[in-house]
Amino acid sequence: MTSNNVIIVGGGHNGLVCAAYLAGAGHKVTVLEAASQVGGAAVTREFAPGFRVSACAHLLFMLNPEIYRDLGLEQQGFELAANDLETVSLSSTGGHLFLSGSEARGGDLGPEDVARLKKFNARMLKFAGVLRKVYTGRPPRLTSQWSELKTLGKLGLAIRGMGRDDMREFLRIAGINIYDILQEQFDSEMLKGAMAWDAVLGGHLGPRSNNSMLNYLHRLTGEVNGKRGALASVKGGMGGVTQALAKAAAAAGAQIRTSAVVSRILVENGVVTGVELENGEKLSASRVVSSADPRTTFIDLVGLRHLEAGVALQVRNIRSRGSVAKLHLALDALPKFTGLDPQALGGRILISPSMVELEQAFDFSKYGEMSESPMMEITLPTVHDPELAPGGKHVLSALVQYAPYELKQGWENGRAELLQRTMAVLERYAPGVGASVLHSEILSPADIEREFRIAGGHWHHGEFALDQFMMTRPFYGSAQYATPLPGLYLCGAGSHPGGGVMGCAGRNAAAEIIARGGAA
Amino acid sequence: MNQKEHFRKFVYQTAFDSRTSRLNQLKAVHRWKDYLVADAYEDVALEYFAMRNSTGVFDLCPMTKHKISGPDALDYLNRLLTRDVSKLKPARVSYCVWCDDDGQVIDDGTVFHMREGEYMLCSQERQLDWLSISALGFDVTIEEVTHDIAALAVQGPTSCAILRDMGLANIEKLKPFGITWFDFEGSELMVSRTGFTGDLGYEVWIEPAKAEALWDALFAAGRIRGIRAIGTHALEMTRIEAGFIQAGVDFLPADSAVRHGRTRSPFELGLSWLVDFKKPNFTGRQALLAEKERGSRFNLVKLDIEGNKPAKDAYIYNGKNKVVGTVTSAMWSPTAKANIALASLHAPWGKPGDDLYAEIYYQRELKWNRVKARATVVEGVFFDPERRKVTPARDY
Ligand SMILES: Cc1cc2nc3c(=O)[nH]c(=O)nc-3n(C[C@H](O)[C@H](O)[C@H](O)COP(=O)(O)OP(=O)(O)OC[C@H]3O[C@@H](n4cnc5c(N)ncnc54)[C@H](O)[C@@H]3O)c2cc1C
Repeated sequence: MTSNNVIIVGGGHNGLVCAAYLAGAGHKVTVLEAASQVGGAAVTREFAPGFRVSACAHLLFMLNPEIYRDLGLEQQGFELAANDLETVSLSSTGGHLFLSGSEARGGDLGPEDVARLKKFNARMLKFAGVLRKVYTGRPPRLTSQWSELKTLGKLGLAIRGMGRDDMREFLRIAGINIYDILQEQFDSEMLKGAMAWDAVLGGHLGPRSNNSMLNYLHRLTGEVNGKRGALASVKGGMGGVTQALAKAAAAAGAQIRTSAVVSRILVENGVVTGVELENGEKLSASRVVSSADPRTTFIDLVGLRHLEAGVALQVRNIRSRGSVAKLHLALDALPKFTGLDPQALGGRILISPSMVELEQAFDFSKYGEMSESPMMEITLPTVHDPELAPGGKHVLSALVQYAPYELKQGWENGRAELLQRTMAVLERYAPGVGASVLHSEILSPADIEREFRIAGGHWHHGEFALDQFMMTRPFYGSAQYATPLPGLYLCGAGSHPGGGVMGCAGRNAAAEIIARGGAA
Repeated sequence: MNQKEHFRKFVYQTAFDSRTSRLNQLKAVHRWKDYLVADAYEDVALEYFAMRNSTGVFDLCPMTKHKISGPDALDYLNRLLTRDVSKLKPARVSYCVWCDDDGQVIDDGTVFHMREGEYMLCSQERQLDWLSISALGFDVTIEEVTHDIAALAVQGPTSCAILRDMGLANIEKLKPFGITWFDFEGSELMVSRTGFTGDLGYEVWIEPAKAEALWDALFAAGRIRGIRAIGTHALEMTRIEAGFIQAGVDFLPADSAVRHGRTRSPFELGLSWLVDFKKPNFTGRQALLAEKERGSRFNLVKLDIEGNKPAKDAYIYNGKNKVVGTVTSAMWSPTAKANIALASLHAPWGKPGDDLYAEIYYQRELKWNRVKARATVVEGVFFDPERRKVTPARDY
């Protein structure tokens, strides 16, 4: 066992980023991925003969540009299929709304809202910029140590540096709900419905829930090709990101093993000593870095008994109940949305007509039921990337909300019903779409949990909320990537700064391990 | 605990109430958790001397009791408690403390290893919440049995003879911290040689339905050996003499502390012998290891104070007239013939030979006086009779 021997559990994008940086710094790194290919929730796979799809995440908007550059992803084959996607928010009456950053047109928009949106968007990008400043470093601990205070100070300064008015506004809104804010700002129900979608996507929350504003800002921290808030589609699906990352990690010297299911993280005398695989094979390492979510890591792989009781309680209390389902359709032809120019099919298509309807869809999930009329984010990746399907055929990939992880009737009983409700909504907006479906697949949060090994099937590996944010993400005492268990580190979306295909958690974790030097 | 309606009642009577309330001439009671217990029955001095010279019986029903069993019971306890429970054989009891993650003491108590793999944890404070939290990740069953077991402490030099005369054959052979079982009118009577008085003594445990019969048998057997019901005041005196600490008095249970820095680690309570770092993991281990490196903030010491005015709540000064700590428990000890106290002092104070003074305020016929009495750090115990440890226990 050498002292710079590191095992990374999980080859999702964060695990791969972490591996690439660590290997680049001279560590001997082995990545163990349970699935037959790397990528985790950023992966492309076949779901029907000849039809491939981004099996979980489907749009790229948060990938950190420094990581992109540092790891030379372009040289490793990474390519966008399309950038700057326009968002179309569908109206059942055909008067659709088009949205792209601070530009909006159509729908029920009045001229005042168009002007207000420009101001609002600029301000939100500025606020998200405050978060960005702290996303690329480890969160502070709440102590009086100078080095820790410096990080907190950085956040404080960033807030202060926006000037008095913006500072006040930031502090007013960052913790509250987007419903109240958008009601203050805009008249157009369609605009508000579309914007609120971005504030609730991936979480167990509705527009009227607090933390929805925080989720909204989190999304806006991203950029693509230097453009803040842009949406992109990756060539070959989201697996294109992780395939390039895997090549970068391998080029830096990391060893990557797939179909390697870690069954246990080994603890001896209170210290992590390696891992055991499902096939019984044991690998020793002085440091194990887990990109699996914190609940999976501590409960299933470590075992709570190896933690002190207070830590175990914090792990148990991590809120990680996913609400998003994933719909995949193999289509004979492109769907025809009523009143929508086929040109717009390459964009992001939303079914979230108003905040009220979005909130009503959420109401069900509070009580363990699926929405009667689910809301959706639809992409047709084959519009830009025809190779994902056999000639002339198409793929539809959609995020469907709300599908609560803890469904009363259980997902084995509920899956078919969710598919049927989702298809009914689609049919309402795109009559005849059902008839062109060659094959369909819907992944409930329970399916996502099983396939991607994410507890609760949660987008962020744990709810993104102020109580699970920065120094309390995933919980206080494990927020700096090192955990209370000596030798064990976290590097996935469950850690600061959270979920989305971004890479910051993996990179920050690597920096922490490198900064700590040779010893665990 | 199946008493779901408990909240409807303000306080409970213990299983011995029909007997204790008849004897309680002072009608002086206070609340210990859900129950009423006697402060004193007749006269604190008589009760105290009964414990030191014959036998005192204390109603122990309110003591918090948890049964712990299941495949992981031992591993669970080893993670919960700071000491190594794997060394505790069946039919044995040991003193223990448990801490939070910051290494601060939540409570102290006794852990009973009854039959193989079956444990009982006794404490002053309620613990179900913390015990349940601590059970995450363990295959263990925790039962709150406070209300399901009636218990008495039977303490004093004649206690062994009384129990034997009551029909508990060979009770004298039970070693200190040992457990044994008898049949009592068709029920199982558990007897442990344990107690809070630092003297020869036992604790007896039985189902509540047999509580009154047990009391009657005990008092019948004890009449000629000076048996007497005793209240918490007298018990308090004996436990200070024995040098035992008490939650809420000598330390603040960590889970009830609001202010930072008010709690104590085992080291700061003189309990380093209970902390076993050879165990790879227990709650508080990392913090305690760090404390061991860094040094502790406090020392809990036993003091022998000049004069005879109890140093209750006194400040302790060093020779330079600086306050270095406070007394947590104090009394004039009739048996040790000394003015004794437990005190929590700021480190490094509290070494034998330190120059220390207690500031004592006392009243004489409504006039307040103040003395600064020299305080000497005592190693060892104020009162430690040989009979406490001798097996077979003798008759007195
Ligand atoms: C339905 C859904 C849609 C989403 N859509 C988007 C989107 O459009 N855009 C976006 O940016 N983000 C999206 N996200 C969020 C994003 O996908 C995740 O936050 C991100 O992919 C997490 O990356 P990660 O590397 O931290 O973890 P993961 O991608 O979850 O990787 C963890 C890896 O660990 C592996 N693993 C776990 N346990 C073990 C084990 N015992 N042994 C070996 N390996 C193990 C897993 O197989 C997995 O590969 C979506 C999330 C969901 C659930």
